[in-house]
Amino acid sequence: MTFLDAAVALIFNAILNGAPLMFGTMGEILTEKSGNLNLGVEGMMYMGGAFGIAGAYYYGRMAGENASGALAILIALLFAFLAGAFGALIYSFLTITLRTNQNVTGLALAILGTGAGQFLGEYMRIREGGYVAVSIALKDQFQNPVFPAFLQNIPVIGKIVFGHNLFVYLGIVIAVLMTVYFKKTRWGLNLRAVGESPATADAAGINVNRYKYLATVIGGGISAIGGMVYIMTIAGGVWNHEGLAGEGWLAVALVIFCLWRPLNALWGSALFGALMILYMRVHLPIPDEIYKILPYVVTVVVLVITSMRRKKEDHPPESLGNAYFREER
Amino acid sequence: MDTTCAVRMEEVTKTFGPVVANDRVTLEIRKGEILSLLGENGSGKTTLMNMLAGLYFPDSGRIFVNGKEATIASPKDAFAHGIGMIHQHFKLVNVLSAAENVVLGLEGGALLDIREVSRKIREIAEKYGFSVDPAKKVYDMSVSEKQTLEIIKLLYRGAEVLILDEPTAVLTPQETEKLFDVLRVMKKDGKAIVIITHKLHEVTSLADRVAVLRRGTFVGEVAIGETDAAELTNMMVGRQVSLNIDRSEPENTAPRLKITDLTVVDDEGVTKLDHVNFTAFGGEILGIAGVAGSGQKELLESIAGLCPVKSGEILYTPEGKKPSNLVGKTPMQIKSAGVAMAFVPEDRLGMGLVGGMGMVGNMMLRSWREGGGAFVHHKDPNALAKKVMDELEVVTPDVNYPVRRLSGGNVQKVLVGREIATAPSVLMSAYAVRGLDINTSYTIYNLMNQQKKNGVAVIFVGEDLDVLLELCDRILVLYDGKVSGIADARTVTKEEVGMMMTHLGKGGEADA
Repeated sequence: MTFLDAAVALIFNAILNGAPLMFGTMGEILTEKSGNLNLGVEGMMYMGGAFGIAGAYYYGRMAGENASGALAILIALLFAFLAGAFGALIYSFLTITLRTNQNVTGLALAILGTGAGQFLGEYMRIREGGYVAVSIALKDQFQNPVFPAFLQNIPVIGKIVFGHNLFVYLGIVIAVLMTVYFKKTRWGLNLRAVGESPATADAAGINVNRYKYLATVIGGGISAIGGMVYIMTIAGGVWNHEGLAGEGWLAVALVIFCLWRPLNALWGSALFGALMILYMRVHLPIPDEIYKILPYVVTVVVLVITSMRRKKEDHPPESLGNAYFREER
Repeated sequence: MDTTCAVRMEEVTKTFGPVVANDRVTLEIRKGEILSLLGENGSGKTTLMNMLAGLYFPDSGRIFVNGKEATIASPKDAFAHGIGMIHQHFKLVNVLSAAENVVLGLEGGALLDIREVSRKIREIAEKYGFSVDPAKKVYDMSVSEKQTLEIIKLLYRGAEVLILDEPTAVLTPQETEKLFDVLRVMKKDGKAIVIITHKLHEVTSLADRVAVLRRGTFVGEVAIGETDAAELTNMMVGRQVSLNIDRSEPENTAPRLKITDLTVVDDEGVTKLDHVNFTAFGGEILGIAGVAGSGQKELLESIAGLCPVKSGEILYTPEGKKPSNLVGKTPMQIKSAGVAMAFVPEDRLGMGLVGGMGMVGNMMLRSWREGGGAFVHHKDPNALAKKVMDELEVVTPDVNYPVRRLSGGNVQKVLVGREIATAPSVLMSAYAVRGLDINTSYTIYNLMNQQKKNGVAVIFVGEDLDVLLELCDRILVLYDGKVSGIADARTVTKEEVGMMMTHLGKGGEADA
């Protein structure tokens, strides 16, 4: 294998492995733009993974031979989204309506979500005789590239640009849509105002709670899709005990790394994806464990570097983490 | 009804618990006219205007907009009636541009056309003589630019009635002049403008009509051509009320704090104290009067070492010791030198006390350094807390009961009691009787008098002129960060102090 081939394979796999992170990060960006710091990403992704595979698996069993790949993907997306949105709804009710502490609530959601996801996954596994995996045909639908072969056969860039499964491109579409939403639309502007200065938004006639609820719930749903993508593509459409290997926590860090910009999440998640698989691809005479801690080391380094940022635009939303009390009337 | 009348408030009353903020106020705001709303601190000016802006809802009374009765329950309703208010604290999003701040929360199509918005902003700016850059981010703006943006925000929304709450408090004289020019153009354009202020010279140079409020009631209104500063001041401060506070003659006075050319500039670059000169004597109570935000807070904080001093000197002479300059010393050094501060800010617990701790814990905040090693001494603070509780009649179930749950008066007694217990040689207190009932207020006055007899230099910042006139020996009046005058409290009249509060007097020469 030439060096070029190895590089292409590394980049391709980095993007593939970064896809779940991409969803987790983008969902959390949307949430944090509303001023809510939801640390429960891991929990929501876990639920998304468990419910996503449950939806695809049971649909596959019911439909049997005639199972449609498109429908299976839609069901998995929908189940994952709803599971994450439900988790985020609990979080929203607690932090927005009851004004509980966002950090504590987020951590509780992380524990609740992993517990609920683990419970569902194990319950299915035991009921189905110790093994839950979608059929090979359906699995292929989740994992196969969406573009025709001749595009993928373009040298070097063919595989990197056109060789991915559906979810990578879905993620790119979501990132672009989110960027347009934040930068070009009235509602995006209002949402940013809510996250920056809810009192100002309130005085301008913006319904602060509605924006916070919607952004947090939809953000939670998007994050949860990441969990489903992990289980259905990287984990091979099989429920295992490993869960998500802490991707949700990485996503929270990646949000800071990306400076709350969805487009940065695209290459940011690919970079982290590369760090996660480096031990399989680059062989240096060091233990695998060193490779495996790389994403976390990079996170620490990035947090230190970004804390030194000077530009105001690179700062977190000003009221991130604060509950909004309307002043006494 | 007058055809040019834009807004009419009739018999409007607003209460906050037992406090009547506005009592049956009737006021008319006319198109093409600048109305100045004048009154002391806490006279209810801002409350009254907040009801027009939709922040408060009146308990009773009626509001007419263009002759029709209107219900204004939210800022949105106010906009719908063409009423907009610019508050002292700007409501702007820092990371957004001027244009983005202007369109915030407006209805319209999904996609924003920032270019069109910018064009409209420039149009408005041109019409009224503003200078504004729609693409500039708010965090890059000066205070005056932010204020301009707030005004444009209202004009963009089609406001016909503009209310400005002390707009000049944060501006330099040049910026103030610029603002006034703009307001005059808007007046010519037929807008109705209300400006809340307590600076008399601004009233006379800008307004057409003045309405005066005192303690929540409407005192009267006059056209600017038919009145003078003296009459307006009298309307503002009202008649002198006798309070019968005991006041002893100062004995054995000795210069304790000599302040020379003290200048303080805040983060925004606004001069908060401008070459302040005075001397505080041991054995007397020096009152400090002035409208809110004239530099009282900065004065006390710079003496206590909490606020950076740009230039000047604070010479402190403890009894029988050599004078030393306090500027540049840490708050801890200043405290241990014997300068105590019982500062009672708007929220009493904000500075000085920890709400969740009991009296003993709060006493310890002063003495924690005296413990042996890592452990604090509990016995002395405990005894001190008991002493304060008995002597000042603090009503609390137990000395360890969280002070947050005590009533306001008791909290203040704890704070003042602790400061006095350190046997200071300078005692500073600000708004020590704010919100207290009569009896508790007298307890605090007696405490101050007791300290004065002990030879302490007491600096008493107050808002109630009647109290200052009867409690203090001398009154220093601050105006816009400068010393407007120092008067003998026994001979000066309330009107004279009122004039100094709203006008710059001769300055600090009266320092004798």
